[in-house]
Amino acid sequence: MLKRTLAAAALAAAPLSLAVAPEAYAFCGFYVGKADTSLFNEASQVILARDGRRTTLSMMNDYKGELTDFALVVPVPVVLRRNDVKVIEKKTFDRLDAYSAPRLAEYFDDDPCNPRPLPAPMAGTTRGAERRRSADALGVKVEDSFSVGEYDIVILSAAESDGLETWLRRNGYRIPSGAAPALRPYILQGMKFFVARVNLREQAKTGSRFLRPLQFTFDSEKFMLPMRLGMINAQGPQDLIVYVLTRDGRVESANYRTVKLPANMTLPTYLRDGKQFTDFYKTMFDQQARREDYKAVFTEYFWDMSWCDPCAADPLSREELLAAGVTWLPAEPTAAPVPGRRPVTPGGAVPVMLTRLHLRYTPDSFPEDLAFLETKDRQNFQARYVLQHPWRGSADKCQAAAQYLTRLRQRQESEARALANLTGWDINDIRQRQSRAPVVTPR
Amino acid sequence: MAMSVPAVAAPTERWSGIAARLRWLDARYLQIGFLGSFLLFGALLRDFALRPEQVALTFAAALTTQWLGARLLGLPGHSLLSAAVTSLGLSILVRADSLWVHPLVAVIAIGAKFVIRINGKHLYNPANLGAMAALLLLPGAWVSPGQWGNDMLLALWVAAFGITVSTSARRFDIAWAFLAIYVGLLCLRIEYLGARWAVLENQLSSGALILFTFFMITDPMTTPNHRLMRWLYAAIVAVGAFVWTYVFFQTNGLIWALFLATPLVPLLDRLMPAAKFQWRAASSDYRARNDSRSSSNQTASIPL
Repeated sequence: MLKRTLAAAALAAAPLSLAVAPEAYAFCGFYVGKADTSLFNEASQVILARDGRRTTLSMMNDYKGELTDFALVVPVPVVLRRNDVKVIEKKTFDRLDAYSAPRLAEYFDDDPCNPRPLPAPMAGTTRGAERRRSADALGVKVEDSFSVGEYDIVILSAAESDGLETWLRRNGYRIPSGAAPALRPYILQGMKFFVARVNLREQAKTGSRFLRPLQFTFDSEKFMLPMRLGMINAQGPQDLIVYVLTRDGRVESANYRTVKLPANMTLPTYLRDGKQFTDFYKTMFDQQARREDYKAVFTEYFWDMSWCDPCAADPLSREELLAAGVTWLPAEPTAAPVPGRRPVTPGGAVPVMLTRLHLRYTPDSFPEDLAFLETKDRQNFQARYVLQHPWRGSADKCQAAAQYLTRLRQRQESEARALANLTGWDINDIRQRQSRAPVVTPR
Repeated sequence: MAMSVPAVAAPTERWSGIAARLRWLDARYLQIGFLGSFLLFGALLRDFALRPEQVALTFAAALTTQWLGARLLGLPGHSLLSAAVTSLGLSILVRADSLWVHPLVAVIAIGAKFVIRINGKHLYNPANLGAMAALLLLPGAWVSPGQWGNDMLLALWVAAFGITVSTSARRFDIAWAFLAIYVGLLCLRIEYLGARWAVLENQLSSGALILFTFFMITDPMTTPNHRLMRWLYAAIVAVGAFVWTYVFFQTNGLIWALFLATPLVPLLDRLMPAAKFQWRAASSDYRARNDSRSSSNQTASIPL
């Protein structure tokens, strides 16, 4: 049986567009504007690399407003210093996305009249100073201020939320109304605030319209994402994709239910064309999120990155993993294998586990910040869907051909039902499209 | 009209008769029924990452260990019911990516009942010890506190059933003491932080909390004998679990707190001694059961 995985690059972009939620203010901070400009933070993506207490958090946004109006406020467990904060390239996110994106794999039926021995199955492809003066009166302390890349950053601690809100407003950060009550729990828990805005001169030097992702590293017991702050102005469900990089095993939510997306089913082959697979995945995710009442965290991918054979996408290089915040790589890329572990393959294999979590949430469905726990689970999982192209031939060719065509009709019916069940699409419409599916021949 | 009176009365009598029989049935049967349906619910409707073979192996290992242990030590009155309850508890709590973890956890959990004994009582709650072994010692094993989802309706249903079971055990006081203190602390935290009460709803509608309250901390064999000491013990576990979760920011606070507080039980028993708990004698004679009604201290349950 011939099989092939579709070029991952073509599909990797699919889940990115899924994260697009109109009018979304999202994730662990809020984006605020000085003027009443519409602000968009459409695709919220976070990389969380964690080993012991060491946590590196990278955040990418798709900010579309005026750069002068951009501000980001993120609660952090400790005071961050200049060396703890970095600007990274967007491509780190793109690489992780491409590596872990839901996939479509395609296979071709053999000629039933000319059977050949099955090949051994391949291992699955599844896989500043003025500020300080007024600050004291408001109970706000500027712990540090520095610039990193195109960002000017202040690290604040606060005694009370109204004071913090006032401080932010006086210093030109326009906070959405209702910010103080949302800030309060973080202040009372002793958390600090990472506040960033764009330094236009530095930004111009980068030559890009886009803001690069911010990354910071800290030590804390807290393995969580302060997502509640981003919900202040939320209207409707928002999407968040979290790539968690750990040393030992799959990561799941400690305070919400984590669910694996339905995967590994054979679907009608017409999904191969154009945007059909993207549409399918969007609809299917939407359906699943609704069924769970927006209260579940979905696992889209989990893989032990120390091996893949064959790999569905090029594994991340040592440099890419370092850029993503992985701090526990062995000293040398060619280091001797750690005893008791699988031998390190020449592909630059590393003790890193990647969990990709996808949430669609509303302020009501996720009343608490998202807490995580690392399990010792190492069973790989991928949101992977299969297309099985039929053999195109005549029933007259041989007796086996007639039998094959009967079985084929049954199989195609069950593929149509599976698709209808996952998406809620009309079964008759699916059958029609299925019957018009173009012939695809093995390359 | 006249016809309707006996028609109504008869089922009522029948039900009260059934209720009376149930009350005097070994509470562990009720537990097995409850935990079994909870496990089925999770496996069928909540996609618990659990394989049927894992459940079968847990039972096989637990029952064998219980039988062997009781035989080797010549301990009387050790029924296989407790082992079945522990098996269900471990199946509900422990997750593993292999087949060998569950039976090994079951052997450790039940085996400890015969090995770690103080004053004629086993020290650790078997399911608690099993879950800790999975968390601390075994590769490829974990506990998923979020696996229940936050379905309030289900939680209420479970709680109601749980209360029924522990009430029949006459040791429900520890469940209430624990719940009052733990929930009290959660409320104080929310009030202090000015967080929304929806947070409490999210925390309380966890199947894990209910299971812990009604099936783990209520184990009469591994909690202090004296009522006051049981309340003190409940307070220690509740505060411990709260601090573990919300001050140290660690996971599985309930399981950890009970495990860490367990060595205090013999000490509390020494401070205030009371009669040791006895499981109901496994007699099949209903009359004999009725005769023993006066000894209220003996009906009982909850060894998850």
